[in-house]
Amino acid sequence: MFRRLPEDGRPVIRLSVDGQGIEARRGDSVAAALLAAGIVPSRTTPASEAPRAPYCMMGVCFDCLVEIDGMGSQQACLVRVREGMKVATQRGARRLVPV
Amino acid sequence: MTDSFDVIVIGAGPAGMAAACSAASNGARTLLLDENAGPGGQIYRAIAASPFKSGRILGHAYWVGENWINRLKRSGAEHRPRTTVWSLRATGDGVEIGTLGDGVAQILKARQAIVATGAMERPMPVPGWTLPGVMTVGAAQTLLKSSAMVPQGEAVLAGTGPLLYLFARQLIAAGAPPALVLDTTPRANRLRALAHLPSFIASRYFFKGIGLLAAVSRRAPVVRDVTSLAIEGAERAMAIRWRTDAGWQERGCDLVLLHQGVVPNIDLWSSAGCRAAWNDGQACWHAEIDSWGQSSEAGILVAGDGAGIGGAEVAAIRGVLAGLQTAHLCGRIDAGSRDLQARAAFQALARLLRGRDFIDAAFLAPRWSRIPEAETLVCRCEEATMGDLVAAVRDGAGGPASLKTFSRCGMGPCQGRQCGLVVTEALAAALGRPPAEIGHFRSRPPVRPIPLGALAAIPATDEEIGSVVRL
Repeated sequence: MFRRLPEDGRPVIRLSVDGQGIEARRGDSVAAALLAAGIVPSRTTPASEAPRAPYCMMGVCFDCLVEIDGMGSQQACLVRVREGMKVATQRGARRLVPV
Repeated sequence: MTDSFDVIVIGAGPAGMAAACSAASNGARTLLLDENAGPGGQIYRAIAASPFKSGRILGHAYWVGENWINRLKRSGAEHRPRTTVWSLRATGDGVEIGTLGDGVAQILKARQAIVATGAMERPMPVPGWTLPGVMTVGAAQTLLKSSAMVPQGEAVLAGTGPLLYLFARQLIAAGAPPALVLDTTPRANRLRALAHLPSFIASRYFFKGIGLLAAVSRRAPVVRDVTSLAIEGAERAMAIRWRTDAGWQERGCDLVLLHQGVVPNIDLWSSAGCRAAWNDGQACWHAEIDSWGQSSEAGILVAGDGAGIGGAEVAAIRGVLAGLQTAHLCGRIDAGSRDLQARAAFQALARLLRGRDFIDAAFLAPRWSRIPEAETLVCRCEEATMGDLVAAVRDGAGGPASLKTFSRCGMGPCQGRQCGLVVTEALAAALGRPPAEIGHFRSRPPVRPIPLGALAAIPATDEEIGSVVRL
């Protein structure tokens, strides 16, 4: 859906999505990393399990919700990738993390 | 790091950076808060950490933002990035601002707040707009600016407004020309805009605009006078259909990028009680403010596109004016000094506003893409359709609040950001009342998600605890 331009010289960051390793660049949002890796859809809706992917990339649509390091409903477009981050696509309503 | 300031500015786009510079340079103890990792807002996104070394692809209008970044660094204002603001309240004695940064929530106090939270793209509810592979033009532009990413495969741009063509040109410069540009600018707008043509021709926007259109048309097919759109696909966008006078046509695609102008983000300032007024020419809400940006709530000013759409340069000027006024209200400068410094700003503002009326009239999104047909989703979060809205009205819903109760429209995580304007206009049409009378969803804090644990961990006084629990 999106490809990286050769001009981009930023260092590579490795993270996993649903257990699969992907490569991103330092400074990428998680949403950008998902789109570059072709992980679309990245969630399904609680209301009807409809497939969704990032829409606005600025935090006002909440369609990019994913689970990051165990915490659900994180807006992927507002979180920077980190080395070793564990991302999971979110199917339906978020799972509540046990206290 | 103290938690009490003269002025807290919320949002580090052009208006916020200008406001922080203006307040700080006039002696106000100034804090600039922003949710992003770096300053720049949306228009200058990632400018301080760009993946690009050359300015070729993004162009001058982007890179000029570096001036503000440099001025911000020298201004003496404290800049706190990666900090989300989830509440704003005027206390009669100043303001209280709820922040969240690194998982820690705080209540910051200041004498004055300047809200510069900018704009978002107007929602464009066409059939299929919620499919994966459908995004806003701004979203794709953010991916270009922050991550040097461009569409792969066949990308179709659809909608109206200068950003459509600006982005098309950036894509062309990046070697990824769009497969098709579908321009929905209504013919009727041309007539309405004509009245403002002389001031537009005399403005700075005229030559920029002509060049842009020509540059894009040379390298990408452009279809104008599009009167309807539908995006098809099951798991993702696979094709787009459009209608012109010649009838319906269809094309396969991998990505659809929608844009029909930008509208103010009213969530934070309206949650603080600042009054909004309906702007008929732009079909959206704007803040009721005076020429300095003073809102209807003492202690709160609103500057930039978040108050009313005027573009980046106008936003910066309004930021300067708000900064000056807050420095004055905090007693750092007298009215004479404020007015002297403001003179140049007001003159620049008058020059920059010349020609905006034309742009507003020419590119106002058509009604068919502001108020959708029956099966199209209005509320993306709760998946309420236009048909659900009409049924709710039939059942007695008389405004946004009752519509919410009947249909869940507006109850999802986006807090009505994506459906709000559609709801106001659709209800106005269904009930035969003006949008100003219909009003908007009531915005309440927290206006950003905040974990309960972070909220609970905010230190509370004995009095606050005693009001809930018997100590």
